[in-house]
Amino acid sequence: MALVTPTVRRPDRWATLHRSARARPVEWLVERGILLVSLSAILLVFLIFLFVAREALPVALGRMTSARGQRPLPVDSLDQIPRESLRAYLGLKADEFVAMTREQLQLLMEIKAEELAGVSEDKDAAVNTTQWRYLIGPHQWSDYDQPEFIWQPVSRVPKYNLVPLVIGSLKTTLVALLFAVPLALGAALYVSQLAAPQVKEYLKPVIEMLSGIPSVVLGFFGLIVMASALQFVFGYQYRLNAFVAGLALGLAVIPVVFSIAEDALTSVPRSYVQAALALGSSRWQAAWRIVLPAAAPGVFAAVVLGFGRAIGETMVVLMASGNASIVSWNLFESTRTMTATIAAELAETVVGGHHYRMLFLIGAMLFIVTFVANLIGDVVIHRLKTKLEGKA
Amino acid sequence: MPAPMDPLVKLDSRITVGSTEDHASHAPLIEVKDLSLWYGTANALDHITVLIRERVVTAFIGPSGCGKSTFLRCLNRMNDLIDHVRIAGSVHIASQDIYSHEVDVIELRKRIGMVFQKSNPFPKSIYDNIAYGLRIQGVRDRAALDEAVEKSLRDAALWEEVKDRLHSSAMGLSGGQQQRLCIARAIAIRPEIILMDEPASALDPLATARIEDLILELKKEFTIVIVTHNMQQAARISDFTAFFYLGKLVEYDTTARMFTNPARKQTEDYITGRFG
Ligand SMILES: Nc1ncnc2c1ncn2[C@@H]1O[C@H](COP(=O)(O)OP(=O)(O)O)[C@@H](O)[C@H]1O
Ligand SMILES: [Mg+2]
Repeated sequence: MALVTPTVRRPDRWATLHRSARARPVEWLVERGILLVSLSAILLVFLIFLFVAREALPVALGRMTSARGQRPLPVDSLDQIPRESLRAYLGLKADEFVAMTREQLQLLMEIKAEELAGVSEDKDAAVNTTQWRYLIGPHQWSDYDQPEFIWQPVSRVPKYNLVPLVIGSLKTTLVALLFAVPLALGAALYVSQLAAPQVKEYLKPVIEMLSGIPSVVLGFFGLIVMASALQFVFGYQYRLNAFVAGLALGLAVIPVVFSIAEDALTSVPRSYVQAALALGSSRWQAAWRIVLPAAAPGVFAAVVLGFGRAIGETMVVLMASGNASIVSWNLFESTRTMTATIAAELAETVVGGHHYRMLFLIGAMLFIVTFVANLIGDVVIHRLKTKLEGKA
Repeated sequence: MPAPMDPLVKLDSRITVGSTEDHASHAPLIEVKDLSLWYGTANALDHITVLIRERVVTAFIGPSGCGKSTFLRCLNRMNDLIDHVRIAGSVHIASQDIYSHEVDVIELRKRIGMVFQKSNPFPKSIYDNIAYGLRIQGVRDRAALDEAVEKSLRDAALWEEVKDRLHSSAMGLSGGQQQRLCIARAIAIRPEIILMDEPASALDPLATARIEDLILELKKEFTIVIVTHNMQQAARISDFTAFFYLGKLVEYDTTARMFTNPARKQTEDYITGRFG
């Protein structure tokens, strides 16, 4: 055999190395299309946040006032008052104001004077309750005998303290996670590591089907069935409370946590399990001591997602929590969450009013909480991953 | 160029038992009788009868897919984990039928270590990898664990390389180091037998040489059953060699005789590289 066979040069084949000779326009288009779609998703999230933040900004920056400590202006002084301050006094927009006849303005002034006469006796009426210190700190309102956190937006003096709602959200979320996470992780560990294939085949879709139940149905179930059953078992006083709402909420959280955690556990290489079993572990030991730690990043992600679902869920808590905005860490008292407050009250507010903006402020807070939770989650997951992969 | 096979005939007892005269000091430890195994309906092992002696290296060679790994997994009952496996025949270790209902598989596996083809350290620290086997047996004493970890790593010729980073992740080790770590992990629980399934097939020649040296060192204390499709490796490290082909045991003898004077044409063809 000859060592070197002189190769025939084929310059024609090398000529087509040039880029344009092998353009792939369809691939290029598809690639750009996918990029566009994913970018638009990011843009959409950003726009939603922008919208929420814009509506919330005036209260967040303290630019609004709910104070009504004005003196009533005499009705017959209508012509002496400068046009602009009259418009502000009546709370009208410029175009509305221009469209008014003199008689209408007079009538409005009478109504306003009556209204102010009613409230001005209350010293709280002069307070701008939308200021941050009233939103987060306790305040002794005129008909209370001690400083308290009150959310009472529909009242002569609207009270916008956010603390009861934040506590309500945290309470129900905590109950939901304490209930759902162990159950969901247990089920995920069982299904992915211990169950016989036939059992797994049924169990997995059934648990995941829970996520298909509309939350209004879960709320209804919590409201009617669970509330009574749990009251019978635990014998607490208020039928609808944070505990019931938390458990009903847990039903919504379980499938989320389960399905992500199950995926994470299943994707742990079988070779780890084999090594563990060959060392004389029971299947349970292998699952608990090897597979679960190896899947820690995914399991943690599942919990973060479950948290997001729990704190953002609205219908279940609206129906099962009793909706009383009380400051109390007692799980067996009625409670009200941030989400339920928005859902229940937004429709009744005046667009652009302080109540309206306050609800948007709550929305923005939820947005930020979820965002921060995900951010922290990402950092932790990244840390866990580098630790597992030995890069640290 | 594969040579045409002559039909396989039943093996005579001299071949399957191995030559006794050379290794009289090594008592039989594992007795496999008429072992057959099916994956569903596919027959993977066909009437294997073999006797493995203690504190020697017994190598199983043969082309890919001939059932070497399957056979190895029968010895520590790892096949139990695979669905639709059916096993007939018997395996006795130290005169106990390991497939009997009274046998606790977990106890069995504590006495039989296994090293896999692809190194599979746990995603934990080097220390925790080695200590795992002892910890699941309830050993909590820090000093005892420290000592066992050091001894196992020394036995696996890995101590010098990792003693300064025992608590960093095992995933950061090189392929050869990972495989030696797996060996250290297996010997940490002081088994009687170590099963190795092509432990060096994914390693470079240098790392392979280190593993082979290690095996020769370990056979003083452990009974080693190793699967390999590398004939030179079998020749270098084993005392006995068994040749598998298509789920059947073709020949079993001392390594010396197997490689110099095989009894069967098929074995000769395989060893001389005419097929496989
Ligand atoms: N888990 C399994 N399920 C079904 N068939 C298998 C399984 N493992 C191995 N086999 C089959 O059994 C035969 C022997 O495989 P194996 O023992 O892995 O061979 P070797 O280790 O000698 O390469 C092969 O035909 C293989 O396809
Ligand atoms: Mg194999």
